[in-house]
Amino acid sequence: MSNVPVELKYAKTHEWARSNDDGSVTIGISDNAQDQLGDMVFIELPEVGQSVSAAEACAVVESVKAASDVYAPIAGEVLEVNEGLADSPESVNSDAYGEGWLFRLQPADAGEMAGLMDGDAYETFLASEAH
Amino acid sequence: MTNRTPLYEEHVADGGKLVDFAGWEMPINYGSQIDEHNNVRNDAGMFDVSHMTVVDLTGERTREFLRYLLANNVDRLKDSGKALYSCMLNEDGGVIDDLIVYFLSDDFFRMVVNAGTREKDIAWLEKQAPAFGVSVTERPELAMIAVQGPNARDKALPLLSDAVRPAAAGLKPFFGVFDGDWFIARTGYTGEDGFEIVLPADAAATFWQQLRAAGVRPTGLGARDTLRLEAGMNLYGSDMDESISPLEAALGWTVAWEPAERDFIGRTALERQREAGTTQKLVGLLLVDKGVLRNHQKVVTDGEADGEITSGSFSPTLQRAIAFARVPKSTGDTCQVDVRGKLLNARVVKPPFVRNGEAQIEL
Repeated sequence: MSNVPVELKYAKTHEWARSNDDGSVTIGISDNAQDQLGDMVFIELPEVGQSVSAAEACAVVESVKAASDVYAPIAGEVLEVNEGLADSPESVNSDAYGEGWLFRLQPADAGEMAGLMDGDAYETFLASEAH
Repeated sequence: MTNRTPLYEEHVADGGKLVDFAGWEMPINYGSQIDEHNNVRNDAGMFDVSHMTVVDLTGERTREFLRYLLANNVDRLKDSGKALYSCMLNEDGGVIDDLIVYFLSDDFFRMVVNAGTREKDIAWLEKQAPAFGVSVTERPELAMIAVQGPNARDKALPLLSDAVRPAAAGLKPFFGVFDGDWFIARTGYTGEDGFEIVLPADAAATFWQQLRAAGVRPTGLGARDTLRLEAGMNLYGSDMDESISPLEAALGWTVAWEPAERDFIGRTALERQREAGTTQKLVGLLLVDKGVLRNHQKVVTDGEADGEITSGSFSPTLQRAIAFARVPKSTGDTCQVDVRGKLLNARVVKPPFVRNGEAQIEL
């Protein structure tokens, strides 16, 4: 059974997004996604200050098995990236919603968050994808 | 319709992530490929390789048949139980498959061939064997378990029969010994010591459970691939196929040119290629920049043509990306690899990358 925190929002491409108190949004990949990809060995992150549009490929997670694009769930400007992943990409496996976060965005339009799935919807989406 | 090995239930019980591999439902990992990989380098792991095809060749002229069939020379096999690695070539010198053949007696050799090439291998054998009166018998009722790692033999030996244990303990590398229907060989595909054990399908699950209880960890095909890549061992279908000769696949050492009068299938084509000179070669690559090398990435060299990665991955032992690549013959000590649109720097190195747990190249 996948770990799907209910307080987060999810994209169909398996990223999660967390609204922070300061209005920024933290992005990572879901526990289901890391489990499918397997052991992470290299993470390529966007540049701080870079503007990304919704659904734009802006990071790459490489597991021992394959490379996979990470898409920005919403548009915005990159405020911060998780530098710690350079030395410990395995954090994405062990703690996908915590230590394994990828980058933080200043949303261009905070309203875009409403267009993402909530935890229940993502669980239903995962169940449908499994068939 | 996918096939299942006699160990399917064990893989499910062990939490194996099952994928289709050459028509077989096989475990790619049981949680963490990297942990499984490191465990084989440091301790002992076991692989279900029952999908591979065991073929027994019998008849008075079996040795003569194999002398003609294989690019390596079975006359190198003088002691019973000794194994030989060889390519089986077509008339053009292309590789139909790579395989291990064991000499058991002059009228009995055993071959282990790849799962993905089973049908064409059997068809080829059945086409060539009648001229020598050799019988080709597949052994689908047998399972195969590879136990690999520095502690593999110590952990497996107590589980073998009392009758065979002394002989199994005394096996030299690349030798095997029968124990009834069981066949225990000191061979492998990881660059570590260990056994490959052929046993009756109905005994496989119990033996697997005993190995697990002895501290031998189930290891998936994902780790098997990174272990063999580190060990500098080719994978059929990735590093060579019917369009590639052994001379272009870093397997020239497996071609027995002497004695010159030995006629084997593909010899004429190979000799022609040797005289004309090959235009490409298979080399090892170590990525200098950050990133991961993958199959089919383009290799850019100073030479006239591009090359291609045939097997690429992240090396858990070296903590760097490594690969085999087919490149122009003129390629020197460095090259670049097109990794997702960026040209990254790589060094050309001579495999193996790792043997018996130790790095074999300078990082």
